[in-house]
Amino acid sequence: MDKYVCTLCGYVYDPEVGDPDEGIEPGTKFEDIPDDWYCPVCGAGKEDFEIQE
Amino acid sequence: MKPVEIAKGIYSVGVRDWNIRDFHGYATDQGTTYNAFLIVDEKVALIDTVKNKKQFTQQLIDNIATIIDPKKIDIVISNHTEMDHSGGLPHVMHYIGEDKPLYCSKMGKKNLAKHFSREWNFHAVNNGEELSLGEKTLVFLETRMIHWPDSMFTFAKEDGVLFSSDGFGQHYAGYELFDDEVGDKIMYQAKNYFANILMLYAPRIKKLIKGVVDLGLEIKMICPDHGIIWRKDPAKIINAYNAWCDQTPKRKALVVYDTMWESTEKMAEAIVDGLIEENVITKLMHVRSCHRSDVITEMLDTRAVIMGSPTLNNQMFPSLMDTITYIKGLKPINKIAAAFGSYGWSGEAVKYINKEFEAMKFEIVDPGIRVQYVPTPDDLKNCFQLGAKMGKLVNES
Repeated sequence: MDKYVCTLCGYVYDPEVGDPDEGIEPGTKFEDIPDDWYCPVCGAGKEDFEIQE
Repeated sequence: MKPVEIAKGIYSVGVRDWNIRDFHGYATDQGTTYNAFLIVDEKVALIDTVKNKKQFTQQLIDNIATIIDPKKIDIVISNHTEMDHSGGLPHVMHYIGEDKPLYCSKMGKKNLAKHFSREWNFHAVNNGEELSLGEKTLVFLETRMIHWPDSMFTFAKEDGVLFSSDGFGQHYAGYELFDDEVGDKIMYQAKNYFANILMLYAPRIKKLIKGVVDLGLEIKMICPDHGIIWRKDPAKIINAYNAWCDQTPKRKALVVYDTMWESTEKMAEAIVDGLIEENVITKLMHVRSCHRSDVITEMLDTRAVIMGSPTLNNQMFPSLMDTITYIKGLKPINKIAAAFGSYGWSGEAVKYINKEFEAMKFEIVDPGIRVQYVPTPDDLKNCFQLGAKMGKLVNES
Protein backbone atom coordinates (compact mmCIF):
# COMPACT_ATOMS: atom_id res chain seq x y z
CA MET A 1 0.00 0.00 0.00
CA ASP A 2 1.36 3.42 -1.00
CA LYS A 3 2.04 6.18 1.45
CA TYR A 4 0.85 9.62 0.40
CA VAL A 5 2.46 12.91 1.30
CA CYS A 6 0.67 16.23 1.73
CA THR A 7 2.26 18.65 -0.70
CA LEU A 8 1.32 21.57 1.53
CA CYS A 9 2.70 20.65 4.91
CA GLY A 10 4.65 17.41 4.48
CA TYR A 11 2.35 15.16 6.56
CA VAL A 12 2.57 11.55 5.41
CA TYR A 13 -0.54 9.38 5.30
CA ASP A 14 0.51 5.85 6.22
CA PRO A 15 -2.26 3.34 5.37
CA GLU A 16 -1.00 1.00 8.09
CA VAL A 17 -1.73 3.69 10.66
CA GLY A 18 -4.76 5.34 9.06
CA ASP A 19 -6.24 8.43 10.71
CA PRO A 20 -8.28 6.96 13.59
CA ASP A 21 -9.18 10.43 14.97
CA GLU A 22 -11.17 11.01 11.79
CA GLY A 23 -12.57 7.51 11.63
CA ILE A 24 -10.08 6.19 9.09
CA GLU A 25 -9.19 2.70 10.31
CA PRO A 26 -5.65 1.32 10.16
CA GLY A 27 -5.26 -0.58 6.91
CA THR A 28 -7.30 1.88 4.82
CA LYS A 29 -5.77 2.57 1.41
CA PHE A 30 -5.45 6.25 0.55
CA GLU A 31 -7.71 5.68 -2.46
CA ASP A 32 -10.44 4.36 -0.16
CA ILE A 33 -10.54 7.40 2.13
CA PRO A 34 -13.75 9.45 1.62
CA ASP A 35 -13.31 12.51 -0.59
CA ASP A 36 -14.25 14.93 2.18
CA TRP A 37 -11.35 13.80 4.38
CA TYR A 38 -8.67 16.39 4.89
CA CYS A 39 -5.07 16.49 6.08
CA PRO A 40 -5.12 16.27 9.89
CA VAL A 41 -2.15 18.63 10.12
CA CYS A 42 -2.94 21.46 7.73
CA GLY A 43 -6.44 20.88 6.42
CA ALA A 44 -5.47 20.28 2.78
CA GLY A 45 -7.88 18.22 0.70
CA LYS A 46 -7.15 14.77 -0.80
CA GLU A 47 -6.30 16.42 -4.10
CA ASP A 48 -3.25 18.01 -2.48
CA PHE A 49 -1.62 14.62 -1.76
CA GLU A 50 0.95 12.83 -3.86
CA ILE A 51 2.33 9.28 -3.72
CA GLN A 52 5.50 9.25 -1.63
CA GLU A 53 8.45 8.19 -3.76
CA MET B 1 -2.21 54.55 15.78
CA LYS B 2 -5.24 56.82 15.74
CA PRO B 3 -8.20 54.92 14.24
CA VAL B 4 -9.12 55.89 10.69
CA GLU B 5 -12.41 55.24 8.90
CA ILE B 6 -11.21 53.52 5.73
CA ALA B 7 -14.70 52.92 4.28
CA LYS B 8 -18.12 53.80 5.61
CA GLY B 9 -18.42 52.09 9.01
CA ILE B 10 -15.07 50.29 8.65
CA TYR B 11 -12.20 51.45 10.82
CA SER B 12 -8.53 50.60 11.00
CA VAL B 13 -7.88 50.13 14.73
CA GLY B 14 -4.50 48.36 14.83
CA VAL B 15 -1.14 49.41 16.24
CA ARG B 16 2.32 50.35 14.97
CA ASP B 17 5.48 48.61 16.17
CA TRP B 18 8.00 51.22 15.02
CA ASN B 19 11.10 49.67 16.52
CA ILE B 20 10.88 45.94 15.98
CA ARG B 21 14.01 44.94 14.05
CA ASP B 22 13.93 41.17 14.45
CA PHE B 23 10.62 39.57 13.55
CA HIS B 24 11.12 35.88 14.34
CA GLY B 25 14.50 36.00 12.67
CA TYR B 26 13.40 38.18 9.75
CA ALA B 27 15.15 41.57 9.72
CA THR B 28 12.48 44.29 9.74
CA ASP B 29 14.43 47.50 9.30
CA GLN B 30 11.24 49.53 8.83
CA GLY B 31 9.37 48.07 11.81
CA THR B 32 5.87 46.76 11.20
CA THR B 33 2.21 47.22 12.10
CA TYR B 34 -0.34 44.79 13.49
CA ASN B 35 -3.53 45.83 11.76
CA ALA B 36 -7.00 45.15 13.08
CA PHE B 37 -10.34 46.32 11.73
CA LEU B 38 -13.64 47.25 13.30
CA ILE B 39 -16.87 47.07 11.34
CA VAL B 40 -19.77 49.00 12.84
CA ASP B 41 -23.15 47.93 11.48
CA GLU B 42 -26.28 46.62 13.26
CA LYS B 43 -23.81 44.11 14.62
CA VAL B 44 -20.26 45.14 15.43
CA ALA B 45 -17.39 42.93 14.31
CA LEU B 46 -13.68 43.05 15.11
CA ILE B 47 -11.25 41.46 12.68
CA ASP B 48 -7.98 40.25 14.29
CA THR B 49 -6.53 41.33 17.60
CA VAL B 50 -2.86 42.43 17.25
CA LYS B 51 0.28 41.07 18.89
CA ASN B 52 0.45 39.43 22.31
CA LYS B 53 2.08 42.33 24.11
CA LYS B 54 0.15 44.17 26.78
CA GLN B 55 0.82 47.66 25.44
CA PHE B 56 -0.50 46.68 22.01
CA THR B 57 -3.63 44.85 23.15
CA GLN B 58 -4.53 47.74 25.46
CA GLN B 59 -3.93 50.21 22.64
CA LEU B 60 -6.30 48.17 20.48
CA ILE B 61 -9.04 48.41 23.11
CA ASP B 62 -8.34 52.15 23.55
CA ASN B 63 -8.51 52.68 19.79
CA ILE B 64 -11.87 50.90 19.58
CA ALA B 65 -13.13 52.94 22.54
CA THR B 66 -12.71 56.15 20.54
CA ILE B 67 -15.32 54.80 18.10
CA ILE B 68 -17.64 52.64 20.18
CA ASP B 69 -17.77 51.00 23.61
CA PRO B 70 -15.66 47.85 23.02
CA LYS B 71 -18.20 45.84 25.02
CA LYS B 72 -20.61 46.43 22.12
CA ILE B 73 -18.52 44.21 19.87
CA ASP B 74 -20.81 41.28 18.93
CA ILE B 75 -18.44 39.14 16.90
CA VAL B 76 -14.70 38.61 16.76
CA ILE B 77 -13.13 37.20 13.61
CA SER B 78 -9.72 35.56 13.69
CA ASN B 79 -8.33 35.33 10.16
CA HIS B 80 -5.04 33.83 11.33
CA THR B 81 -3.87 32.09 14.50
CA GLU B 82 -0.28 33.40 14.55
CA MET B 83 0.40 35.34 17.76
CA ASP B 84 0.92 38.71 16.07
CA HIS B 85 -2.77 38.64 15.07
CA SER B 86 -4.41 36.48 17.71
CA GLY B 87 -2.27 37.37 20.72
CA GLY B 88 -4.75 39.97 21.88
CA LEU B 89 -7.65 37.48 21.94
CA PRO B 90 -7.51 36.60 25.67
CA HIS B 91 -7.49 40.29 26.60
CA VAL B 92 -10.18 41.26 24.09
CA MET B 93 -12.49 38.33 24.89
CA HIS B 94 -12.12 38.93 28.59
CA TYR B 95 -12.99 42.60 28.11
CA ILE B 96 -15.95 42.21 25.75
CA GLY B 97 -17.35 38.93 27.14
CA GLU B 98 -15.95 35.40 26.92
CA ASP B 99 -19.20 34.09 25.42
CA LYS B 100 -19.12 36.32 22.32
CA PRO B 101 -18.90 34.28 19.09
CA LEU B 102 -15.40 33.86 17.70
CA TYR B 103 -15.40 33.20 13.95
CA CYS B 104 -12.46 31.37 12.38
CA SER B 105 -11.70 28.61 9.90
CA LYS B 106 -11.95 24.93 10.87
CA MET B 107 -8.21 24.74 11.29
CA GLY B 108 -8.36 28.05 13.12
CA LYS B 109 -10.59 26.49 15.74
CA LYS B 110 -8.12 23.63 16.22
CA ASN B 111 -5.10 25.92 16.26
CA LEU B 112 -6.56 28.63 18.50
CA ALA B 113 -7.47 25.90 21.00
CA LYS B 114 -3.84 24.76 20.93
CA HIS B 115 -2.56 28.28 21.47
CA PHE B 116 -4.83 29.47 24.26
CA SER B 117 -6.49 26.45 25.89
CA ARG B 118 -9.76 28.36 26.25
CA GLU B 119 -13.29 27.17 25.63
CA TRP B 120 -14.37 30.12 23.54
CA ASN B 121 -17.63 30.20 21.59
CA PHE B 122 -15.99 29.11 18.33
CA HIS B 123 -17.84 29.34 15.02
CA ALA B 124 -15.78 27.42 12.46
CA VAL B 125 -16.84 28.70 9.04
CA ASN B 126 -16.96 26.91 5.71
CA ASN B 127 -15.29 28.29 2.63
CA GLY B 128 -17.66 30.83 1.05
CA GLU B 129 -19.90 31.05 4.11
CA GLU B 130 -21.63 34.41 4.57
CA LEU B 131 -22.48 36.38 7.68
CA SER B 132 -24.82 39.36 7.69
CA LEU B 133 -23.99 42.23 10.03
CA GLY B 134 -27.07 44.21 8.96
CA GLU B 135 -26.35 46.28 5.89
CA LYS B 136 -23.00 44.65 5.34
CA THR B 137 -22.32 41.02 4.47
CA LEU B 138 -19.08 39.25 5.24
CA VAL B 139 -17.84 36.32 3.14
CA PHE B 140 -15.20 33.98 4.55
CA LEU B 141 -12.64 32.53 2.17
CA GLU B 142 -10.43 29.66 3.24
CA THR B 143 -6.79 30.24 2.32
CA ARG B 144 -5.14 27.22 3.89
CA MET B 145 -1.35 27.35 4.04
CA ILE B 146 -1.26 30.98 2.99
CA HIS B 147 0.55 30.83 5.12
CA TRP B 148 -0.71 28.69 8.05
CA PRO B 149 -3.29 25.89 8.04
CA ASP B 150 -5.78 28.25 9.69
CA SER B 151 -5.37 31.25 7.38
CA MET B 152 -8.50 32.75 5.87
CA PHE B 153 -9.63 35.99 4.24
CA THR B 154 -12.76 37.92 5.12
CA PHE B 155 -14.47 39.93 2.39
CA ALA B 156 -16.90 42.77 3.09
CA LYS B 157 -19.09 42.31 0.03
CA GLU B 158 -20.97 45.59 -0.32
CA ASP B 159 -17.88 47.70 0.33
CA GLY B 160 -15.51 45.53 -1.72
CA VAL B 161 -12.99 45.39 1.11
CA LEU B 162 -10.81 42.28 1.39
CA PHE B 163 -9.25 41.60 4.80
CA SER B 164 -6.38 39.47 3.61
CA SER B 165 -4.58 38.51 6.82
CA ASP B 166 -0.85 38.12 6.01
CA GLY B 167 -1.46 38.06 2.25
CA PHE B 168 -0.32 41.27 0.49
CA GLY B 169 1.27 42.49 3.74
CA GLN B 170 4.50 44.38 4.28
CA HIS B 171 6.63 44.93 7.34
CA TYR B 172 6.47 48.69 7.31
CA ALA B 173 5.62 51.16 10.04
CA GLY B 174 5.26 54.68 8.69
CA TYR B 175 3.06 57.71 9.10
CA GLU B 176 1.22 56.66 5.96
CA LEU B 177 -1.81 54.35 5.95
CA PHE B 178 -2.49 53.85 2.23
CA ASP B 179 -0.59 52.85 -0.93
CA ASP B 180 -1.23 56.21 -2.57
CA GLU B 181 0.35 57.99 0.38
CA VAL B 182 3.47 55.88 0.58
CA GLY B 183 4.16 55.52 -3.15
CA ASP B 184 6.27 52.91 -4.95
CA LYS B 185 8.86 52.45 -2.23
CA ILE B 186 6.40 50.10 -0.52
CA MET B 187 6.78 47.58 -3.34
CA TYR B 188 10.21 46.57 -2.05
CA GLN B 189 8.75 45.88 1.40
CA ALA B 190 5.91 43.88 -0.17
CA LYS B 191 8.41 41.83 -2.19
CA ASN B 192 10.60 41.34 0.86
CA TYR B 193 7.56 40.08 2.79
CA PHE B 194 6.52 37.74 -0.02
CA ALA B 195 10.05 36.30 -0.30
CA ASN B 196 10.38 35.67 3.44
CA ILE B 197 6.90 34.51 4.38
CA LEU B 198 4.99 33.30 1.34
CA MET B 199 7.38 32.25 -1.40
CA LEU B 200 7.28 28.53 -0.61
CA TYR B 201 3.52 28.53 -1.14
CA ALA B 202 3.76 30.23 -4.54
CA PRO B 203 1.88 27.51 -6.49
CA ARG B 204 -0.97 27.65 -3.98
CA ILE B 205 -1.10 31.45 -3.96
CA LYS B 206 -1.31 31.44 -7.73
CA LYS B 207 -4.32 29.10 -7.53
CA LEU B 208 -5.92 31.18 -4.81
CA ILE B 209 -5.59 34.42 -6.77
CA LYS B 210 -7.12 32.72 -9.79
CA GLY B 211 -9.92 31.39 -7.58
CA VAL B 212 -10.65 34.84 -6.18
CA VAL B 213 -10.60 36.39 -9.66
CA ASP B 214 -12.91 33.61 -10.94
CA LEU B 215 -15.37 34.33 -8.11
CA GLY B 216 -15.71 37.78 -9.65
CA LEU B 217 -15.36 39.60 -6.33
CA GLU B 218 -15.19 43.31 -6.90
CA ILE B 219 -12.18 44.18 -4.77
CA LYS B 220 -11.89 47.89 -4.15
CA MET B 221 -9.54 47.76 -1.23
CA ILE B 222 -7.16 45.18 0.27
CA CYS B 223 -6.45 45.39 3.99
CA PRO B 224 -3.56 43.16 5.06
CA ASP B 225 -2.61 42.60 8.69
CA HIS B 226 0.78 44.27 8.23
CA GLY B 227 1.70 47.58 6.67
CA ILE B 228 -0.31 49.85 4.42
CA ILE B 229 -3.73 49.33 2.86
CA TRP B 230 -4.03 48.95 -0.92
CA ARG B 231 -6.85 51.28 -1.98
CA LYS B 232 -5.65 53.21 -5.01
CA ASP B 233 -4.73 50.21 -7.11
CA PRO B 234 -5.34 46.79 -5.50
CA ALA B 235 -4.67 45.16 -8.88
CA LYS B 236 -1.08 46.35 -8.68
CA ILE B 237 -0.23 44.17 -5.70
CA ILE B 238 -2.27 41.25 -7.08
CA ASN B 239 -0.34 41.43 -10.36
CA ALA B 240 2.95 41.72 -8.49
CA TYR B 241 2.06 38.57 -6.52
CA ASN B 242 1.33 36.71 -9.72
CA ALA B 243 4.76 37.66 -11.07
CA TRP B 244 6.58 36.82 -7.81
CA CYS B 245 4.82 33.45 -7.68
CA ASP B 246 6.31 32.59 -11.08
CA GLN B 247 9.79 33.61 -9.87
CA THR B 248 10.63 34.49 -13.45
CA PRO B 249 14.33 35.31 -13.27
CA LYS B 250 15.73 38.62 -14.41
CA ARG B 251 19.22 39.00 -15.87
CA LYS B 252 20.55 38.89 -12.33
CA ALA B 253 23.29 37.09 -10.45
CA LEU B 254 23.85 36.83 -6.74
CA VAL B 255 27.16 35.96 -5.11
CA VAL B 256 26.74 34.91 -1.49
CA TYR B 257 29.78 34.08 0.63
CA ASP B 258 31.65 34.13 3.88
CA THR B 259 35.39 34.37 4.38
CA MET B 260 38.01 33.83 7.10
CA TRP B 261 41.26 35.39 5.83
CA GLU B 262 39.85 37.19 2.76
CA SER B 263 40.82 34.44 0.31
CA THR B 264 37.26 33.36 -0.44
CA GLU B 265 36.38 37.05 -0.56
CA LYS B 266 39.02 37.71 -3.24
CA MET B 267 37.56 34.83 -5.24
CA ALA B 268 34.06 36.28 -4.81
CA GLU B 269 35.17 39.65 -6.12
CA ALA B 270 36.83 38.11 -9.16
CA ILE B 271 33.63 36.17 -9.92
CA VAL B 272 31.65 39.40 -9.60
CA ASP B 273 34.02 41.09 -12.08
CA GLY B 274 33.37 38.29 -14.56
CA LEU B 275 29.60 38.68 -14.16
CA ILE B 276 29.77 42.45 -14.58
CA GLU B 277 31.89 41.93 -17.71
CA GLU B 278 28.84 40.14 -19.15
CA ASN B 279 26.57 43.05 -18.16
CA VAL B 280 24.61 40.99 -15.69
CA ILE B 281 22.93 42.78 -12.77
CA THR B 282 25.15 41.50 -9.98
CA LYS B 283 25.02 41.65 -6.24
CA LEU B 284 27.64 40.49 -3.73
CA MET B 285 26.41 39.61 -0.25
CA HIS B 286 28.61 38.66 2.68
CA VAL B 287 26.45 36.57 4.99
CA ARG B 288 27.74 38.04 8.23
CA SER B 289 27.02 41.56 6.92
CA CYS B 290 23.75 40.96 5.07
CA HIS B 291 20.77 39.40 6.78
CA ARG B 292 19.47 36.09 5.43
CA SER B 293 16.05 37.67 4.93
CA ASP B 294 17.59 40.22 2.54
CA VAL B 295 19.49 37.47 0.72
CA ILE B 296 16.24 35.59 -0.05
CA THR B 297 14.60 38.79 -1.33
CA GLU B 298 17.48 39.27 -3.77
CA MET B 299 17.25 35.64 -4.74
CA LEU B 300 13.55 35.79 -5.66
CA ASP B 301 14.16 37.00 -9.23
CA THR B 302 17.84 36.08 -9.61
CA ARG B 303 18.91 33.54 -12.24
CA ALA B 304 22.44 32.67 -11.10
CA VAL B 305 23.37 31.85 -7.53
CA ILE B 306 27.07 31.50 -6.76
CA MET B 307 28.02 30.58 -3.23
CA GLY B 308 31.41 30.60 -1.57
CA SER B 309 32.70 29.31 1.72
CA PRO B 310 36.04 28.57 3.29
CA THR B 311 36.43 25.13 4.83
CA LEU B 312 36.44 25.29 8.62
CA ASN B 313 37.18 22.09 10.55
CA ASN B 314 36.19 19.99 7.51
CA GLN B 315 32.84 21.78 7.23
CA MET B 316 31.18 24.58 5.35
CA PHE B 317 31.35 27.87 7.26
CA PRO B 318 28.36 27.83 9.69
CA SER B 319 27.07 31.28 8.75
CA LEU B 320 26.61 30.20 5.12
CA MET B 321 24.81 27.03 6.23
CA ASP B 322 22.48 29.27 8.27
CA THR B 323 21.57 31.23 5.16
CA ILE B 324 21.20 28.06 3.07
CA THR B 325 18.90 26.44 5.66
CA TYR B 326 16.70 29.51 5.55
CA ILE B 327 16.68 29.72 1.76
CA LYS B 328 15.99 26.01 1.31
CA GLY B 329 12.76 26.22 3.29
CA LEU B 330 11.47 29.04 1.11
CA LYS B 331 11.91 26.91 -2.05
CA PRO B 332 13.38 29.24 -4.65
CA ILE B 333 13.12 27.91 -8.23
CA ASN B 334 14.65 28.55 -11.69
CA LYS B 335 18.27 28.84 -10.52
CA ILE B 336 21.61 27.95 -12.05
CA ALA B 337 24.38 27.59 -9.51
CA ALA B 338 28.08 27.17 -8.79
CA ALA B 339 30.26 27.06 -5.67
CA PHE B 340 33.72 28.26 -4.72
CA GLY B 341 35.95 28.53 -1.68
CA SER B 342 39.42 28.62 -0.24
CA TYR B 343 40.73 25.96 2.14
CA GLY B 344 43.82 24.98 4.11
CA TRP B 345 44.15 21.20 3.85
CA SER B 346 40.90 19.26 3.39
CA GLY B 347 38.56 21.60 1.45
CA GLU B 348 35.10 20.03 1.75
CA ALA B 349 33.08 23.27 1.59
CA VAL B 350 32.54 23.30 -2.18
CA LYS B 351 31.35 19.69 -2.10
CA TYR B 352 28.89 20.49 0.70
CA ILE B 353 27.56 23.59 -1.04
CA ASN B 354 26.97 21.54 -4.18
CA LYS B 355 25.08 18.99 -2.10
CA GLU B 356 22.82 21.76 -0.86
CA PHE B 357 22.32 23.04 -4.41
CA GLU B 358 21.20 19.54 -5.39
CA ALA B 359 18.80 19.38 -2.46
CA MET B 360 17.30 22.71 -3.56
CA LYS B 361 17.10 21.45 -7.18
CA PHE B 362 19.38 24.24 -8.43
CA GLU B 363 21.03 23.38 -11.73
CA ILE B 364 24.77 23.06 -11.04
CA VAL B 365 26.45 24.36 -14.20
CA ASP B 366 30.06 24.14 -13.00
CA PRO B 367 31.77 21.78 -10.54
CA GLY B 368 33.10 24.82 -8.70
CA ILE B 369 36.51 26.23 -7.80
CA ARG B 370 38.63 25.27 -4.79
CA VAL B 371 41.79 27.20 -3.95
CA GLN B 372 44.34 26.19 -1.31
CA TYR B 373 45.16 28.99 1.12
CA VAL B 374 45.47 32.22 -0.92
CA PRO B 375 44.36 32.56 -4.54
CA THR B 376 47.15 33.20 -7.07
CA PRO B 377 46.60 35.57 -10.01
CA ASP B 378 45.84 32.45 -12.11
CA ASP B 379 43.26 31.28 -9.57
CA LEU B 380 41.60 34.67 -9.73
CA LYS B 381 41.55 34.47 -13.52
CA ASN B 382 39.71 31.16 -13.16
CA CYS B 383 37.24 32.82 -10.82
CA PHE B 384 36.74 35.66 -13.30
CA GLN B 385 36.13 33.02 -15.99
CA LEU B 386 33.56 31.30 -13.79
CA GLY B 387 31.76 34.63 -13.33
CA ALA B 388 31.87 35.26 -17.08
CA LYS B 389 30.56 31.74 -17.78
CA MET B 390 27.67 32.22 -15.37
CA GLY B 391 27.01 35.65 -16.88
CA LYS B 392 26.78 34.19 -20.37
CA LEU B 393 24.38 31.52 -19.17
CA VAL B 394 22.23 34.18 -17.49
CA ASN B 395 22.10 36.09 -20.76
CA GLU B 396 21.19 32.97 -22.74
CA SER B 397 18.25 32.08 -20.51
